[in-house]
Amino acid sequence: MNIIVCIKQVPDTEAIKFDSEKGILIREGVGAIINPPDLHAIEAALTLKDSLGARITAVTMGPPQAEQALRDAISLGVDDVVLLSDRAFAGADTLATTYVLAKAIKKIGSFDLVICGKQAVDGDTAQVGPGLAARLNVPSVTCVSEIGPNVSEGLLQLTRMTDNGRDLLELRLPALITVHPSLNDPRVPSLRGKMRAKKTTVPVWGLEDLGADPERTGLKGSPTRVKSTWIPSFEARREILSGSPEEQVGTLMERLKEAGVI
Amino acid sequence: MTQVNYFLTEEQQMIIDLARQIVEEKIIPVRNELDENEEFPWAIIKDLAQADLFGLFIPEEYGGMGGGSLEICLALEHLAHGCIAITTTYAASALGGYPILLFGSEEQKKKYLPEIASGKKLAAFGLTEANAGSDAAGIQTTAEEDGDFWVLNGSKQWITNGGEAEIYTIIAKTDKHKGARGASAFIVEKGDAGFSFGKKERKMGLRASSTRELFFDDCRIPKDRILGRRGQGFIIAMRTLDLARPGIGAVGVGLAQAALDEAARYARQRVQFGQPIISFQAIQHMLADMATEIEASRALIYSVARTIDSGSKNISKIAAMAKLFPTETAMKVAVDAVQIMGGYGYMKECPVEKMMRDAKVLQIYEGTSQILRNVIGKALNSEYAKK
Repeated sequence: MNIIVCIKQVPDTEAIKFDSEKGILIREGVGAIINPPDLHAIEAALTLKDSLGARITAVTMGPPQAEQALRDAISLGVDDVVLLSDRAFAGADTLATTYVLAKAIKKIGSFDLVICGKQAVDGDTAQVGPGLAARLNVPSVTCVSEIGPNVSEGLLQLTRMTDNGRDLLELRLPALITVHPSLNDPRVPSLRGKMRAKKTTVPVWGLEDLGADPERTGLKGSPTRVKSTWIPSFEARREILSGSPEEQVGTLMERLKEAGVI
Repeated sequence: MTQVNYFLTEEQQMIIDLARQIVEEKIIPVRNELDENEEFPWAIIKDLAQADLFGLFIPEEYGGMGGGSLEICLALEHLAHGCIAITTTYAASALGGYPILLFGSEEQKKKYLPEIASGKKLAAFGLTEANAGSDAAGIQTTAEEDGDFWVLNGSKQWITNGGEAEIYTIIAKTDKHKGARGASAFIVEKGDAGFSFGKKERKMGLRASSTRELFFDDCRIPKDRILGRRGQGFIIAMRTLDLARPGIGAVGVGLAQAALDEAARYARQRVQFGQPIISFQAIQHMLADMATEIEASRALIYSVARTIDSGSKNISKIAAMAKLFPTETAMKVAVDAVQIMGGYGYMKECPVEKMMRDAKVLQIYEGTSQILRNVIGKALNSEYAKK
């Protein structure tokens, strides 16, 4: 079984601070980590590898330092890695990201399953997984909270979380899934994995390696424009009612009617 | 601020990073619950196995990482930051594995060491009995030859990993009248006929670890389960304990460092008489002693571990030193950490409460502080006799 896991390097969300005056993240001095939901995608691939046997390739698009995320993936047990890095890829929205990822996956060759985390904790769009599936022309299931009980080379039984409950699905492979963090508990790296990660030379593929159209990558290929950002504010009002319990209930009913709640 | 440089290799630093990651992600979130419920930490044992840590001291040809005393000391120290009950479970498997590594036949090594190295099976070491602990020669468990078998009778007490481990190295008397040469070491497997376990002991600390009595009731094991030669039992036990003692010292350093970290952080934020209590000399001097003794302990352990790894024989004295000083320090530091943290330090929700209960065992198991002083004193007596 060939599994491709798409991961993203993000700022260490627990260490990052927010400049509330300027409305921006203070990224200076903050380490970069694998997007936490992507760790569940890696774990899902490793679990399938443990039961069925698989070759796992982790792919990320990012600046040269995103190489560290791939080394961390190797230390967890991923077999191969590819870094997609080129100045022409910078500033990509989800459309341009899925374009480059799809090109890379086609270059890697055949696959049975692509696994992504549910969403990235910085952009929070949850669009890359399904968008990539569309480009690869394979079915996709998002928000997978359980894989199995039956898994085989050609078919996966899955549970998908929805707003109203759970969907039980069978998914014919090749396909793409995005996984919900409740799916599994990511393992710790191994010492052998860490040693291998240190020695590995990470292959870097750029625009030319992928034969990609520069008009469709990076900022140029991104129709998304951020018009403005703001911090949502919540206004909480409080009123303490006085009088006897009966009077208070009366006042409360009036207030609720005024507010149109009842 | 410059820290002491121990000139660790990149691989050794990896062991530290890995142990710390396991502590942060896996151990700290559950340690109180495991302690409270006296629950054996199987999930974390699986994590340690996945991380390759069980094979640290085992040669690569038997599925291990090929590390030595320093490597296992680093793992023990940094796991002990999180919980020494879990660390002791891990250490006890090494204690059960050392006799096989040191004295096992090629067949025994091939059979048992890969299982211990992968963490698929836990090991345990059985020497102590109801009437024999510090006085190891007082053991009463016997092993008699019967055709192609050894037949064991007797019992072992307070055995760490008892009931949970699959592989046990057991010291038993093979010749009642030969004194120190009258004991031998055996490998007993869980499931061997006539081998059973007592109830799980309830303890002051170390509550997530499993401690049980082992019973041998006409326990028949194949003849090839003897380790080394007949009569070598006490030599095997002493060599095993010599190798294990710096590791227990390292557990003490890890616990003490964690207690210091808690106490110092608290002292910076706890305000009394209008200022953080760390500004008072009474607190500063306590913290200064704690930090200095921890660093001295660490330096001693690393130096002794490196001496052992260089192939030195006759390490009883320095191994005893590397357990005595760090574990005495651990107890003292844990008590002082509770003192600095005052009422909060005495509460179950505060990590140092557990650390203080846990620390006490370090001065007892794998050689009490008194026995260690005997070992060191005896060595000095013979050294000075030659001068």
